[in-house]
Amino acid sequence: MLARAQTWWTILRISLEERLVYRGDFWIGTMMRFLPVVTQVFLWGAVFAGMGAAANGSGQIGGFNYSDMVAYYLLAMVGRAFSSMPGLPSGIALQIRNGEIKKFLVQPIDLIGFLFLTRVAHKLVYYGVALVPFAIAFYLFRGYFSGWPPVDVLLAFSISLVLAFLLGFFMEALMGMLGFWTLEVSSLLWIFMLFNFFLSGQMFPLSILPPPWDTVALAIPLQFLAYFPAAVFLQKIQGPAMWQGLAIQAAWVMFFVIACRVAFHRGVRRYSAFGG
Amino acid sequence: MPAPDAAAVLCPPFGATPIITLSMAVIEIRNLQKSYRVYQKQEGLWAAFTGLVNRKHREVKAVRGIDLDVQQGEFVAFLGPNGAGKTTTLKLLSGVINPSGGEARVMGFVPWQRDNAYRRRFALVMGQKNQLWWDLPAAESFRLHQQIYAIDSASFKQSHDELVDLLDVRRLLNQPVRELSLGVRMKKLMRAALLHKPEVLFLDEPTIGLDVIAQHNIQKFLKHYQEVRQITILLTSHYMKDVAALCKRVVIINYGQIIYDGSLDGIVDKFSSHKVLTLQFGDGRMPSDLSRYGDVLELKEPEVKLRVERNVITDVLSAVLAEHEIEDVSVEDPPLEEVIAQVFSQAAKPTPSPSAV
Repeated sequence: MLARAQTWWTILRISLEERLVYRGDFWIGTMMRFLPVVTQVFLWGAVFAGMGAAANGSGQIGGFNYSDMVAYYLLAMVGRAFSSMPGLPSGIALQIRNGEIKKFLVQPIDLIGFLFLTRVAHKLVYYGVALVPFAIAFYLFRGYFSGWPPVDVLLAFSISLVLAFLLGFFMEALMGMLGFWTLEVSSLLWIFMLFNFFLSGQMFPLSILPPPWDTVALAIPLQFLAYFPAAVFLQKIQGPAMWQGLAIQAAWVMFFVIACRVAFHRGVRRYSAFGG
Repeated sequence: MPAPDAAAVLCPPFGATPIITLSMAVIEIRNLQKSYRVYQKQEGLWAAFTGLVNRKHREVKAVRGIDLDVQQGEFVAFLGPNGAGKTTTLKLLSGVINPSGGEARVMGFVPWQRDNAYRRRFALVMGQKNQLWWDLPAAESFRLHQQIYAIDSASFKQSHDELVDLLDVRRLLNQPVRELSLGVRMKKLMRAALLHKPEVLFLDEPTIGLDVIAQHNIQKFLKHYQEVRQITILLTSHYMKDVAALCKRVVIINYGQIIYDGSLDGIVDKFSSHKVLTLQFGDGRMPSDLSRYGDVLELKEPEVKLRVERNVITDVLSAVLAEHEIEDVSVEDPPLEEVIAQVFSQAAKPTPSPSAV
C-alpha cells in the first residue's frame, strides 16, 4: 500500500514538474479565454434591453436576470476549468491505435490510474497559474455578483467542482476507451463534444431551455460539468435540492468510474484477442 | 529430422521427457496457437457499403502449434520471414495478447494473466515501437520505472550505474549526435527495460534501423549483460549478424510453426547441400567448360564462383587444381542468408515441424 502511494506520488510529482515547463503560453491562453465573456456581456445586454429590463434587473429568463447571466458565464468557466479534459479521449484512442497501450499491459502499471494522476497534476498546475487571470476577471466583473454566497453554498460549490473534475475525467476516459472497438473515434468524439458544449451549460444556463428540453438536459450527467456548480453558486439551486444534486452528481461519478474500469477490462480483452 | 544437437537434447519434444526436466525450463510452450480475425476489405464503393453490415472476415493463423522449452540462461534467436509468427509469439509470452489455444508458462506464470508479480520479472523491448515514457526526460522516466517496478533505491542505483557504464563506455565520442540518435534511443530503451533486472527478456528486432556501429554496440552490450547476469533472452531479428554474434540456439519459425531448432551452423549443415568454390585463374586463361565442375554462379574473368555438391567437393577441387593454373582458391559454405532464404521459401508449403514429429 505504501509502495503504491509512493508510485502515485512519483507520477504526480513528475507530471507536475513536466507541466510547469510549459508555463509561458499559459497566461496568454487563459486571458484569451475571457474574451468571449465580453461578447456575452454585450449579447445578453442586448437581449435584456430588448425586453426592456436590462438596467433594473427585473427581467428574467429561466430564473436568470442580466447580472446573473454574466456571473453565470464566469462561473461556468470555472466549472469547465475543472471538468474539461483536453486531449484525454483522443490521447487514449491514439495510444490504442498506435499500440502504445502495450506499455500498460507489459509493465506493472494501471492505465487509468496513471492518466488520472497526470491529469490531476495538469489541473493543479493549471489552477495555480490560472488563478491570477481568473482573479482579475472576477474582480473586473464583480458588479455582476450580489456578494459572496453563504458558507454551506460555497462548500457545496467546492464539492461539486471536485466532483465535476472526477466526472469529466471518467466520462472522457470512457469515450477514449471506444478506441478499443473502433478506429474512427474522432467523429464520435466530435459528436460527444458538441453535446457536451450545449448540454453541460457552458453556452447558456440549462434552465432557460423550453420544456421538455430543460427536463432532458437536467436529467443527463453533462449538466454537472458546468451548469450545476454555477447554479449552486448563484443559489438558483438551494437547500435540499442542492444536496440532492450533489448526491446525484456523486452517483454519476461512481457510475462512470465503474463503466470506465469495465470498458478498459473488456477493451484489453478484445485488444489481446484480436490485435496486439 | 535434423541431427540431434545440444539444444535439441536439452529440450526434447513434449511428452518424451519426465516432468522433472520440464520444470527446469524457464519458458515452456505447448501447442501454442494464435489466430487473428482479419476484416477482409472488398474493393469498390458498393462493397464498402455492404461491408458496413456484412463483414467478411478471414482467419489468419499467425502461430499454429508451437512447442518450445527454453532453459534458464539461454539466448535464443527466433528467425523467420516477415509474418512468420515470431513477434506474435513474443507478444503471447509477454502477455500482450491471449492465445487461441495451447499453453505457455514463463517462470511458472501464465503470461496473459498479466500478474503483477510476473510483470515485475520480465521485460519486452520492441525496437520499432517506442515504449519509453518519452515525454519525460530520461532521468524522470527511470525514476518512474523504479517506482512502478518497486525497485529499492540501493538496487536501483547499482543497476542504473551498471547499465550506464555498460552502455555508455562504448559510445563513440566523435560521432555526430544526429547519427547516433536512433542508437541512443535504443540504449535508453534498453536501460529502462533492464533497470528492474528482469530474469527473462524478450527482444523484438532490437537493432532494426540502427547503423552498423550502433548495431554492434547493442550486440556487445547484450552479449556481455547476458553472460554476466545469466538471464534468459528470446530475440527476433532480421540481421543474421545479431544472431551469429549472440545466440547459440536458433529457432526458425515459418507459417507459425517451428521448422528448425538447433545451432546456427547446423542450419547450413542441415539445409544446404552444396558449397561455393571460388577460383581465380592465372594468366587470364579461363577454360570454357566450367560447368562440368559445377553450376556457375558468377563469372568475372579471371574469377569464377561455382556451386558444387558437398560430397564431390574434394574431387572437383583436386581435378581443377591438376588441370588448370590457379592463382587463388577458396571453398566456402553458401552465405547463411542465402541458405535461410532458401529454407524460408522451401517451407512455403507448410510441413509438419521436426519438433512435432
